[in-house]
Amino acid sequence: MAQVTLFGFWPSPFVYRVIWALKLKGVDYEYVEEDMLYNKSDRLLKYNPVHKKVPVLVHAGKPIAESAVILEYIEETWPQNPLLPKDPHGRALARFWTKFGEDKIPALFGFFMTEGEQQVTATKEGQEQLRILEEQGLGDKKFFGGDEIGMADLEFGWLAWWLEVLSEVAGVKVIEAESFPRLYAWIQRFKEFPTIKETLPDRSAMLTYFKGRRATFLALAAS
Amino acid sequence: MTLTEMAEQNKVILYGTWTSPYVKRVELALKVKGIRYEYVEEDLRNKSPLLLTFNPIHKKVPVLVHNGKAIVESLVIIEYIDETWKTGPQLLPEDPYKRSQIRFWASYMQQVSEAMVLVIKTIGEAQEKAIKEVSEKVKLLEAGLKGLFPDGIPSVHEYSKNVTLLDLVILAHFGGYEAQEEVLGLKLIDSEKTPLVVSCITALIEIPAVKESLNPLEKVVAFLKFFRENALKSATA
Repeated sequence: MAQVTLFGFWPSPFVYRVIWALKLKGVDYEYVEEDMLYNKSDRLLKYNPVHKKVPVLVHAGKPIAESAVILEYIEETWPQNPLLPKDPHGRALARFWTKFGEDKIPALFGFFMTEGEQQVTATKEGQEQLRILEEQGLGDKKFFGGDEIGMADLEFGWLAWWLEVLSEVAGVKVIEAESFPRLYAWIQRFKEFPTIKETLPDRSAMLTYFKGRRATFLALAAS
Repeated sequence: MTLTEMAEQNKVILYGTWTSPYVKRVELALKVKGIRYEYVEEDLRNKSPLLLTFNPIHKKVPVLVHNGKAIVESLVIIEYIDETWKTGPQLLPEDPYKRSQIRFWASYMQQVSEAMVLVIKTIGEAQEKAIKEVSEKVKLLEAGLKGLFPDGIPSVHEYSKNVTLLDLVILAHFGGYEAQEEVLGLKLIDSEKTPLVVSCITALIEIPAVKESLNPLEKVVAFLKFFRENALKSATA
């Protein structure tokens, strides 16, 4: 099989989406850790000249950037354990929620980038989007993808692991069992799923990293 | 099932506004694939109850309704169209790598479009900055097209059989380039700086299904003038 290489950055949920997809499909790959804060490699800049970001997947020497694009490529190249249903309408729904997840990032992360009154407002805005996600995206399903993990589950996977750390660092509770019962239940199911459970970044390392990031964001905002 | 209900099956309705390039993307896809559809023009200041029913989350256009089910988000809609109707060109080719490049650049066009809108909405230094941004982004797009068309743009005849999702997206945003030039008094796309982008657009415009869906120049000019005046007014208010 042609070489698969993933350029990533360990705290990034975008990167983990790709790792989860590869692992769920049993695809072997080489992982290259990039120093995204201080020293991006020449190879990364060559493979993603437009955005200069991770994740980048390189397969048989050809690079693909943007996690949503990479996931579709993985789905088409390794069809086992599908992340999308067969019917066009079901696929459109999965893609809709994936795009929703991308578009709502500023609203969902707002609480982490702010403090005081601004943070109260930002947290409420994020929770409004989570309400839509819980009621209309997830509903009564086991996973966003139905009975199995699908593309939309990978899009929102960060809620199952990163959100807790970000909430702790920012001193704000965003999702609780009482306020978001269905999302909360999904979070437990997702992070306990065998392949996912063994593929999560170290929690204490994340706490240190995100404490530093929040300090940087707040300092920038104050300057 | 009544005759009416049978007729409802396979019924395609597109909710849109004629000024939106995102709606235009979908329109072009339907036309190029020869799909019959009903078009409903929405007044975004007074959205219809049906639109709000079909797109309660974003309340935006375009919305495609097929067999009574709504699909939302222009690129999602076009992929749905490509998967559901096998007539006309295949908007995403078979090869997964080519598909990934087309998806990447189609998604990138949103950033190009946002920069273009900024040029229309601003003057002076702000506009200079926006123009520079558009120029940089279109240059990157040119490099992307070089990868997709290593042998250059095909003849109109060939092109019409192989037109892709990316081509339709580029056309939806740049097809009105003459109107943009007239209103702004400057070129946003230049055949010397970005020859592939320009030859892509000029070839696509010649495809009959595309030609008939482009809006008349005077109408677009009038709209862009109005849009720009409004934006400048509210900026200084």
